[in-house]
Amino acid sequence: MKIMRPLGAVGIVASAALVLAACGSDPSASNSGSGSNSAAPAATGTAQVDCGGKSPLSAEGSTAQKNAIEVFNQAYNKKCSGQKVNYNGTGSGAGVKQFNANQVDFGGSDSPIKDADLEAATKRCASPALNIPLVVGPIAVGYHLSGVDNLTLTPQVIAKIFNGGIKNWNDPAIKAVKGNESLNLPDKPIQVVSRSEESGTTDNFQKYLGAAAKDVWTQGAGKKFVGGVGNGAQGSNGVASTVKGADGSITYVESAFAKDGVTPAKIDSGSGGVELSAENVAKSLDAAKFAHPGTNDLAMDLNGIYSSNVPGAYPLLLTTYEIVCSKYSNPDVAKAVKAFLTVAATDGQQPLSAKGYVPIPQSLQDKVLKAVKEIS
Amino acid sequence: MSDQSSTRTPTGDPGGRSSSARAFPEDPISDKPPAPAPEAPPARKKPTKVRAGDRIFQNLTTGAGIFVVALIALIGIFLVVQAIPALKADKVNFLFNHGWSTNDPANMAFGIADLAEVTVATSLVALIIAMPISLGIALFLTQYAPAKLARPFAYVVDLLAAVPSIIFGLWGILVFAPAIEPFSEWVNSTFSWIPIFAPGNIAPNVRGTIFTAGIVLAVMILPIITSLTREVFERTPTAQVEGALALGATRWEVIRTTVLPFGKAGFVGASMLGLGRALGETIALAVILLIPQGRNFDWSLFDGGATFASKIAQNYSEFNNPTSAGAYIAAGLVLFVLTFLVNFAARSIVGKKVG
Repeated sequence: MKIMRPLGAVGIVASAALVLAACGSDPSASNSGSGSNSAAPAATGTAQVDCGGKSPLSAEGSTAQKNAIEVFNQAYNKKCSGQKVNYNGTGSGAGVKQFNANQVDFGGSDSPIKDADLEAATKRCASPALNIPLVVGPIAVGYHLSGVDNLTLTPQVIAKIFNGGIKNWNDPAIKAVKGNESLNLPDKPIQVVSRSEESGTTDNFQKYLGAAAKDVWTQGAGKKFVGGVGNGAQGSNGVASTVKGADGSITYVESAFAKDGVTPAKIDSGSGGVELSAENVAKSLDAAKFAHPGTNDLAMDLNGIYSSNVPGAYPLLLTTYEIVCSKYSNPDVAKAVKAFLTVAATDGQQPLSAKGYVPIPQSLQDKVLKAVKEIS
Repeated sequence: MSDQSSTRTPTGDPGGRSSSARAFPEDPISDKPPAPAPEAPPARKKPTKVRAGDRIFQNLTTGAGIFVVALIALIGIFLVVQAIPALKADKVNFLFNHGWSTNDPANMAFGIADLAEVTVATSLVALIIAMPISLGIALFLTQYAPAKLARPFAYVVDLLAAVPSIIFGLWGILVFAPAIEPFSEWVNSTFSWIPIFAPGNIAPNVRGTIFTAGIVLAVMILPIITSLTREVFERTPTAQVEGALALGATRWEVIRTTVLPFGKAGFVGASMLGLGRALGETIALAVILLIPQGRNFDWSLFDGGATFASKIAQNYSEFNNPTSAGAYIAAGLVLFVLTFLVNFAARSIVGKKVG
């Protein structure tokens, strides 16, 4: 017992230090919020929130946005004291299923619901169901190559690397990308690192390649990596640490993990290399089109984002959605959902950057707030 | 000589303790089976009236026994029932195919050959490393270490078993793999003409290999093998040890002539139990092993890959339809049978000695 006590104290101090370090060393944290650029006044506004209604709200779905929901929950609790949301991260499919079965007040999904799911959701709500994008996370193409820290890649080159078309760093195709002319690319095999388990990041990355490099990436998409080259590692942290430990390796990973030896590549979609930053992601979202323009269903046309070549826009990102009813049968639930989503779209966005997401830009925030306002 | 002496010991020891009366007529040739047989029936016959407490207790213990058997049977049935639809939908040979494609439930093609090979390879590496070390620790604790040191030392070894496997996994990939990298590279390049040291299918990476994973796994199964072996060695009859010493044997000769022959079966059994643990180890391997895309296991220690358990663990969160999930459950069934067989073999080796 005498021995255990000081150890416990050490443990607490150590874990606190870890938490602090995790917050402090995040690159995207420093990127975001410096939104002097007109395209990216990241959503900071504290909107008027009409607190009250059901508490706790129940929600279920995507594991990718679980951390974000926790952030939203803190902001929600701060704004509307005593109110909270219980979010169960069980996967997008389960979230949609539970929402449609009227088991939860709203669902979380990595992709907007459509077709049969949307019909079922509309039936459950007895009103149109809405996709509300609240969490946006860029994906980095991160590499580790000693002596090279300023690499630019085109979607075609990325696709070729990840399906084995380019095997060596000194391949002329890499050198030919604008911005790489002066780089001293070594004669070293490229080690592709992918996620060994099924993952939404893999799915979005492969969808991106399918949209932006149609002719090269013919493997298709899906949650499993289908490039057929390289090695798989477990989890985002696993791929990041593998890349860190292997000179000449490259991977795709959530932006929060692209640091300390994993350098995010610039992506050139045809209008010059674009760095991975909150501003550049916001530019992409600004230019985004919606699947149902004019309605409050804010399902985004990701293919449009992926294949666009808006100058200065970083196209490789994933968005996750909250699935909500436009009209709830219980006004108590509607009130709480509105309050939560409002807080999430305003106060909740800024702290997100510490978790590796980017705050939604003004243009999208306006649309989200409008849609949320009309929920009843 | 050693055989005869070892059969005598189990008789002398428990017989002498349970009933001192029977210690008298015992002669060296009479062996154990008759001994407990006459003892049990009289004990039950004498009080013809069975008390309620006895009956309740007997039922409780019987129930507990049946519960475990039923549980195992139910797990087996669950695995089979869940696996059958997937096995029916499988387009290739389940046992001998190396591929694993279950994304499209209408077009599934999966086989366990690769999983089985990687599972066996990692476990064997672990066993080959852990067995001699465990033997050494057990001998040290029972024969060489002073009693004052032996007890705390044994606790420390047992403590190793209490470390969660995820900790071993993280330590393995973040600390151990980088540390051993130069050695791995040296072995890999120097002995690459030996097939098992050939460049692996995840080359040039030598961190997330079966080699690394096997060593970490060896550390994980050390405590099981060590503590069981130690228990067996401790039971070496003192009379034999003293006899050997009286004949002028050195410490090493005592071990060679009494301890090892007596404890051999126990040691082998303990190793098999360790093997059982190694076969089923999950998360540490999922964290350490890199998984090559589009290349199969090639019997090199520097290959990567997935074992049965790590494959399931990595993919369970995305079981979105029962047929695809069934493919993994079918793999789990094979692992279930495999560990069952290994444990069965282990028990029968240990049991042969004791019974």
